[in-house]
Amino acid sequence: MQWLDAIIQGVLLGGMYAQYALGMALMFGVMRIVNIAHGDVMILLSLIAVSLAGVLPVGNIGLIVVIVPIAVAIGWALQTFILNRVVGADPLPSLIATFGLSIALQNLMLEVWSADTRSLPNSGIASESFQIGPIYVGLLPVIVLICAFVLTGGLDAVMRYTRFGRGLRAAAADTEAAAMTGVDPKRIYATATAIAVGILGLAAVFAALRATVSPSDGSAQLIYAFEAVIIGGMGSIWGAFLGSMVLGVAQAIGLRVDPGLGILFGHLVFLLVLATRPEGIMARKK
Amino acid sequence: MTGTPILSTHALNGGYGDFQALFGIDMELHEGEVISLIGANGAGKSTFLKSVFGLLPVAPEMVRYDGEAVGGTPAHRMVRRGIAMVPEGRRLFVGMTVEENMRVAIDNARLPEDEGQWTRERLFELFPILREKRRQPIEDLSGGQQQMVAISRALLCQPRVLLCDEISLGLAPKVIREIYAILPEITAAGTSIVLVEQDVSLAREASNRLYCMLEGRITLTGASNDISRDDIAAAYFGASDAVA
Ligand SMILES: Nc1ncnc2c1ncn2[C@@H]1O[C@H](COP(=O)(O)OP(=O)(O)OP(=O)(O)O)[C@@H](O)[C@H]1O
Ligand SMILES: [Mg+2]
Repeated sequence: MQWLDAIIQGVLLGGMYAQYALGMALMFGVMRIVNIAHGDVMILLSLIAVSLAGVLPVGNIGLIVVIVPIAVAIGWALQTFILNRVVGADPLPSLIATFGLSIALQNLMLEVWSADTRSLPNSGIASESFQIGPIYVGLLPVIVLICAFVLTGGLDAVMRYTRFGRGLRAAAADTEAAAMTGVDPKRIYATATAIAVGILGLAAVFAALRATVSPSDGSAQLIYAFEAVIIGGMGSIWGAFLGSMVLGVAQAIGLRVDPGLGILFGHLVFLLVLATRPEGIMARKK
Repeated sequence: MTGTPILSTHALNGGYGDFQALFGIDMELHEGEVISLIGANGAGKSTFLKSVFGLLPVAPEMVRYDGEAVGGTPAHRMVRRGIAMVPEGRRLFVGMTVEENMRVAIDNARLPEDEGQWTRERLFELFPILREKRRQPIEDLSGGQQQMVAISRALLCQPRVLLCDEISLGLAPKVIREIYAILPEITAAGTSIVLVEQDVSLAREASNRLYCMLEGRITLTGASNDISRDDIAAAYFGASDAVA
């Protein structure tokens, strides 16, 4: 029973990771842009949410409604003003640009919010839980998991069946050939990054509800998102969801083995997947 | 040929950064016409097509389309105006199916599929093998089949001008004949064609007029069936060593 509980808690934790990983699946998995600032942008959005909650009594749902458009705007600006200037066959320029951005954001956040940990007040749903047999399950993590599931299904469908999805996959496969076929690669990339960071906005509110955030937390979120995308398989949206589950369950099981082992277990499973199936669980055949 | 050409270039210079590859190219293409552009490896044929199509920077006045100066307009906007390209090396979207490759063109075409000359259905009739393979990833197709997809993708942009860069390269003679056989159908649909081709006799047969390029300059031009082989040899290799 203890292990079943670990698996359930792991899947719920995986739901949170999936929300971090979806944007990464789009940017890194599909567009092959390495965004080192991924986690920092999320923390920034969490901190904005915490500060806004102090002055705007809009409730948690209201907060999501405010933060997601801010996130979309940040994503669009990030791609239009920074990444579109450096993307190309060579991943190094985008890596360096976003590495710089990551450091700048961390310093900015330290300046504005100091190094304290913060979180959103534990109102209503955030503290409720229910019982299935002998196992207690928090309501909030379940909502996070359901949101992650719906977002994954939605994003996957968008990538497969819409004009935007086809254009983005085409631009990612061959930017110049996509332009020759009428796709405006810069515009479609800006939209894609806006979506990726928009999802991060939702994750940011949930992260601040679930736990605490501080300006230096971004790099851990970055690593989890990277690992989930690579475990799942580059280019696969459902793969990123599955990779998040694997990561969450590995951490929860590690935690049961020894309270200090949780995070390490996640990394070990990541390395194991890299060693045995480097193309990822759900990678398309080449 | 009378009237304004649908596409023309005027003293077009172009290249890559500091490297100039094209020197004062004047070319014109009239409605319903097929012109071919021949030249040795590295002559500048692909560079010319890319310069016309907005993939390399040129001054606005250097390219005129439908009477308007359009040089330097980005490629994706050229597609909307009615120019499409079958690029050298096919450049299909790997990881996507045959039909998805086609749909990217349909999504961004000059006209919707049901208003244009070209539909998937019509292309599947021209290239029946593509109907069979429509749900297969592009990388599972043979070179000839991929070339058929590349041509279909360009046609589904519903172009008025089609730029073809070495569509016969690396294909078996039978497949080349199959592909060239549809050119008359394309011109009949009202599309003019610029054909870049290494195979000189193929280029002559398929075109109304011919341009020969040598080291970034046009060295010969005229009606395809008037030009003698000797003239072509001289223009192709340079007058001094016209031995072929
Ligand atoms: N991306 C590039 N960067 C720099 N120089 C280039 C580039 N592509 C081509 N060139 C140079 O421009 C010149 C013209 O090349 P281009 O590809 O247009 O020739 P081509 O006539 O199409 O030859 P081929 O028949 O081999 O395709 C050559 O000297 C080539 O080395
Ligand atoms: Mg070429």
